[in-house]
Amino acid sequence: MKTESKLEKVLAAGHLAVTSECGPPRGAMPDKVREKGKYLEGVVDGVNVTDNQTAMVRMSSLAASVILKQEGHNPLLQMVSRDRNRLAMQADIIGAYSLGIDTMLCLSGDHTKFGDHPMAANVHDIDSIQMIQMVKRMRDEGLFQGGAEIKSPPKMFIGAAANPFADPFELRVLRLAKKIAAGADFIQTQCIFNVDKFELWMEGVRAMGLHKKCYILAGVTPIKSVGAARYMKNKVPGMDVPQDIVDRMAAQPKEKQPEEGISICVETIERLKKVEGVAGFHIMAIDWEEKVGEIVERAGLLPRPVV
Amino acid sequence: MDNFEPVIVAFCCHYCAYTAADMAGSQRLSYPPNVKVVRVPCSGKVDAMHIVKAFEKGADGVYVAGCLEGDCHFKNGNSKAARMVAYVSKYMEEIGIEPERLAMVTMSAGMGYRFAQVATEMTEKIRRMGPSPIHAAIATGKAA
Amino acid sequence: MITAERKPLEELIDYIRPFRRLLLVGCNECVTVCAAGGRKEVGLLASGLQMALLKAGASIEVREHTLERQCDPEYVEELVPMIDGVDAVMSMACGCGVQEVARRFKDKPVFPALNTKFMGASERQGVWAERCQGCGDCLLGKTGGICPIARCAKQLMNGPCGGSTGGHCEIGDDVDCAWALIWERLKALGLQENYVEITPAKDWRSGGGGGPRKIIREDLAE
Repeated sequence: MKTESKLEKVLAAGHLAVTSECGPPRGAMPDKVREKGKYLEGVVDGVNVTDNQTAMVRMSSLAASVILKQEGHNPLLQMVSRDRNRLAMQADIIGAYSLGIDTMLCLSGDHTKFGDHPMAANVHDIDSIQMIQMVKRMRDEGLFQGGAEIKSPPKMFIGAAANPFADPFELRVLRLAKKIAAGADFIQTQCIFNVDKFELWMEGVRAMGLHKKCYILAGVTPIKSVGAARYMKNKVPGMDVPQDIVDRMAAQPKEKQPEEGISICVETIERLKKVEGVAGFHIMAIDWEEKVGEIVERAGLLPRPVV
Repeated sequence: MDNFEPVIVAFCCHYCAYTAADMAGSQRLSYPPNVKVVRVPCSGKVDAMHIVKAFEKGADGVYVAGCLEGDCHFKNGNSKAARMVAYVSKYMEEIGIEPERLAMVTMSAGMGYRFAQVATEMTEKIRRMGPSPIHAAIATGKAA
Repeated sequence: MITAERKPLEELIDYIRPFRRLLLVGCNECVTVCAAGGRKEVGLLASGLQMALLKAGASIEVREHTLERQCDPEYVEELVPMIDGVDAVMSMACGCGVQEVARRFKDKPVFPALNTKFMGASERQGVWAERCQGCGDCLLGKTGGICPIARCAKQLMNGPCGGSTGGHCEIGDDVDCAWALIWERLKALGLQENYVEITPAKDWRSGGGGGPRKIIREDLAE
């Protein structure tokens, strides 16, 4: 074991891990974080806490992670290279670890263009792969990125993202390989709607033996409405929602669409369970945390293991 | 500015509008003397500077007359001219001169009637608009 | 070249309103090529400024002069005979030229007429696009001649983010994904293995992170 991370323990024990996420509120509302956390109690092994997701200012991932930790959750600190330089990142990593957070996800982050501060500078001092290298070096060598020694280094279980649906497709496995070579211990993928394409990507992953070098958690998202399906299909860069999913949602009356979305999500998990190399699931129920329990239960992933 | 007679500068391509002006003459078609014709080898040869200078010197209206689309003697001088005119229109707006005072028109060498019609319409339009703010400011300056 | 665009006329007029005689100085180098501050643009702006002020009931005399290279003291010296006759200078060069004129004529107000944009190339007639950020430690040898620092919206050094779609960047279909371009070029060169190697965190000292940069060629410096 590299760390004390609960997620690492679950994965190392061979269980299919389940993570979900919590988007912090856009205001000083710690109770909102607790409320979202409540829905996830006992149904997941870790809770990703997003870092200014979609480039909108929110309560910091670190603060919200600490709140969740106090409530007994296992937060995964998300960190984007967009908002911080390497000094700030390392400071926050040490801070987070000092407050009991031992798992993190290294990302580049959505461009500021999409958020509420399009006028802000994009920092990108280092990219997500260099961030992984940095966190690993802090943990394994006890050294700062600049080379100085860290007294009592933070031991983070290191996650990274992968998007099998972005282009160029042939680079997608190679990019995963780079993230693993940099030190990623686990991967959470972009939401999977096109399972065929995901399987194709996983073939490439297995061909390089990457599924043996790191844990791959398949990302899923329940769709609330046909409108949301269309939006994700047409407007979200790097998202692949096949037409038949949109059609399935459209075939239902409005009030039945949420239920259909959950069913699609559960069926997707069932299909993904059969894909060799999938080590667990990352359920991104955006502002719909209350449904995660139901999805996990219907997908036969309860009870969560005690490790 | 009683009895306002607008000054209009028409940059006319040698291969179409300028010949059309000749045609108008030989057909005894009259057009307002307000239009001062400047012959150019191609409408594409008209520079933003020529237009801006015309306004600076007190022109109330300017138009560039080139060949019909696809008929430019030099392939695409007329479409370049149209883009340049659109660009200068925006600059005029910044300066504070109504962009309607500038136009791009096309015609063929045989269109004597159209030449006269364009000249008349432009003159009447500018007459209704009154003197260009620059023309007016120059006149005020001289009066003072 | 260094690319630039003229500032809105309104902003320029605010600068010059207090003055009677203005020297408008163009530059024959980059800003001439990108049609922002050469002799022709100097003429257009001089006319525009004079007309705009005239319209507002004011007036200004604008003298025009275009230097061979405004970022070079040798050429800026040419302005000496003209400078006493004017109250202020407006430069149509990039920021380097503006500063060079300001440095030479300490008691004259100097205003920029342009917004200096980026180091770029001409994609086609009338279109210029960013190509280089002057990071001081060129990566192009490993990236197939396409710069991920200048041309990736997130300056990713190790491959495309998850927003790359159909060769476009997530910020817009009018922006190419730099990494899609790099990958195509590496394939064309048979250099796919270049991609596999991790580019480590960059030392930004060469890129301005170490403060203002300077080059001293000892053999040439006096």
